[in-house]
Amino acid sequence: MSENAAIKILICQGTGGVSMGAKEVEAEFTRVINEKGVNATVGKRCDVIKTGCRGLCANDVLVDIITEEQGRVTYDFVKPEEVEMLVDEHIVNKTVLEKRKAKPYYNTFVDQQMRVVMTGCGQINPEKLDAYLEEDGFKAIEKCVKEMNPASVIDEVKKSGLRGRGGGGFPTGMKWSFCAASPGHHKYIICNADEGDPGAFMDRSILEGDPYCIIEGMMIAGFAIGATAGYVYVRAEYPLAIERLQMALDVCYEKGYLGTNVMGLGFDFNLRIKKGAGAFVCGEETALMASIEGERGMPRPRPPFPAVKGLWAKPTNINNVETFANVRHIILRGAEWYASLGTETTKGTKIFAVTGKVKHTGLVEVPAGMSIREVIYNVCGGIANNRKFKAVQAGGPSGGCIPAEILDTPVDYDSLIKAGAMMGSGGLVVMDETTCMVDVARFFLTFTRDESCGKCVPCRIGLKAMLDILERITEGRGQESDIETLLEMGNTIKKASLCGLGQTAPNPILSTVKYFRHEYEAHILDKRCPSNCCKELLLWQVVEEKCVKCGACLKACPVDAIKWEKGQVAELIKEKCTKCKSCYDACRFMAIE
Amino acid sequence: MSNAPAEATKAEEAPAEEIDLEPANHIIDKYLTLPGNLMPVLQGIQDEYGYVPRPTIDLVAERLNVYPSQIFGVLTFYAQFHLKPRGRFIIRVCVGTACHVQGAPRIVETFFDKLGIGHAETTPDLRYTFEKVACLGACGMAPLAMVNDSTYGQMTVQKVDQIIADYNQRPMKK
Repeated sequence: MSENAAIKILICQGTGGVSMGAKEVEAEFTRVINEKGVNATVGKRCDVIKTGCRGLCANDVLVDIITEEQGRVTYDFVKPEEVEMLVDEHIVNKTVLEKRKAKPYYNTFVDQQMRVVMTGCGQINPEKLDAYLEEDGFKAIEKCVKEMNPASVIDEVKKSGLRGRGGGGFPTGMKWSFCAASPGHHKYIICNADEGDPGAFMDRSILEGDPYCIIEGMMIAGFAIGATAGYVYVRAEYPLAIERLQMALDVCYEKGYLGTNVMGLGFDFNLRIKKGAGAFVCGEETALMASIEGERGMPRPRPPFPAVKGLWAKPTNINNVETFANVRHIILRGAEWYASLGTETTKGTKIFAVTGKVKHTGLVEVPAGMSIREVIYNVCGGIANNRKFKAVQAGGPSGGCIPAEILDTPVDYDSLIKAGAMMGSGGLVVMDETTCMVDVARFFLTFTRDESCGKCVPCRIGLKAMLDILERITEGRGQESDIETLLEMGNTIKKASLCGLGQTAPNPILSTVKYFRHEYEAHILDKRCPSNCCKELLLWQVVEEKCVKCGACLKACPVDAIKWEKGQVAELIKEKCTKCKSCYDACRFMAIE
Repeated sequence: MSNAPAEATKAEEAPAEEIDLEPANHIIDKYLTLPGNLMPVLQGIQDEYGYVPRPTIDLVAERLNVYPSQIFGVLTFYAQFHLKPRGRFIIRVCVGTACHVQGAPRIVETFFDKLGIGHAETTPDLRYTFEKVACLGACGMAPLAMVNDSTYGQMTVQKVDQIIADYNQRPMKK
């Protein structure tokens, strides 16, 4: 990328972009520009730049074209066959293709956010060190070494109020000071990128879109604590993130940003990637360290805390990806600036992965303390298909459900815990009236039961027993005492489990019982699923009053179990029906029960 | 993870396989001096052979000086390792939260019906292996399926048919 390049074409190449064909789009841009000699025609260089994720993955492939005349224009859903037209019209003729431009909601989605951690994502080429250096890359570590000392770096982080973004919310500066105070010369820094929560993908996007900022964050932590070596523990399910991070590490070693006497600043820092192997529990810090040592990823009791006795029995400091990504901004722009964002107890911004039944799913970075209602309705455009909002599940398998009546809860650590959910990794799964809360609880419990490491009894046996009860309920064989049993077991498991997985696994059940007890009761007492979701409890018939005779269900049915003629109410033939629910999903009027 | 123990016992009943240990030795050489090298070695073997063959386990045990039981412990703990040969095409259907809410269970069942195999199973002709995965991290395109490295977003029951028809045509050789 050069300073005088007047035309930039930014092509989103996060995992979402690549799977929608971003590589082909990029190749096509390069081909068209070279073959047509566009550079000569417009008298300026055209740079085709691959970038990381911009957050609105549902609209991939996203292409931004930045020219002097038009400023920045975004096109979405770009296909390779449209590229030539875009080049001809936008770059050569300098006219914006209004028809193909991203709809106004795209700008709303972007403008409502506050990008701090994700400034680089979607703007710079994650595979080029120069692009990062242009964004003041490695200036923060330089400032730490030249103008500050380890103690003042820790003080700065303490003053900023940064709390662990992995979900627990422990003050980062405090954590660092514990590890810094531990005796010994050999210490480790670990970045936890084992983002196993279903429905969260911000860590992956940062690694794919701006890998150097993680490296720098870890260097700063290393300098502050006195650690000379570090690991980044990445999920194996993220091949692209691993590839780009490895590329970044190789370049850093080559250019002297890592290794001995880093950047000539007089301290050593070595980093290595450690690939996970598919175990959710490895996101727990003690299990993660066992995994790096080559063992089964089983948690161990704390104390001793990792800050005292961690990896290979050496003092170790573990932070999440997003936490490290915040650090350089705090150092460069000052703790006061950072502390001015957010709420009393939660400072800075937080990235949320908003998914489920919203119009625009994707990554959203907002100042902590924005209300959930604003995130869902203002940023993400509200609920899809004109359906009614029912609840939002915050914090993944360890979080809870937040119903409509407390939608104005601000998103900070303490308010969410008060509401019975938790920040967790920052996944927000939005659910509408067709989502059954008992089924959701069962889903999360199935996940945590599968992923339980089996070391302690409450989690291993307890989750299985709770799941059996929930399965019975969703199949219409619930008993009246079940709800009480679930509550009692859930509270016991919370108290008695060894690690965070077991201690939080009952949360989805406890919170759904708290806010949606009537749904449980309907399943148990009336043998009905109010959301028409649990297959065993559906009647499989068409509600005549609701049917608008549109025939959408006929088209959707894969086994011809629907009888329908124009102007007639549809009919469902139970003998043929395989209970696949295709018709139910296709119907916009909830006319199938 | 829940299926792993069953896989392990079956693997022990299987007759000893004849495989070329040369690549496995190369991988071990590469990581020999690294602390905590067991996992990277096993991951390398998994990538090389498509699964972790029994003879390689004995080899790793001998060369890294760990008990085979310890290696089995690691192999059966992590979802990524497999003790039996896998299909040419690995179909993964995401059953993460967002995909679940958007109807992933039905996509899974349709694959079960069409392929006649369940979760973590392989068709007898070694063409397909089917897996449910917790989250592939592309929730914007839920429900999601992957075949080897190709991603298919916004899955429907009809798309399942198209995918299987497509991959039935493809050659078994890499």
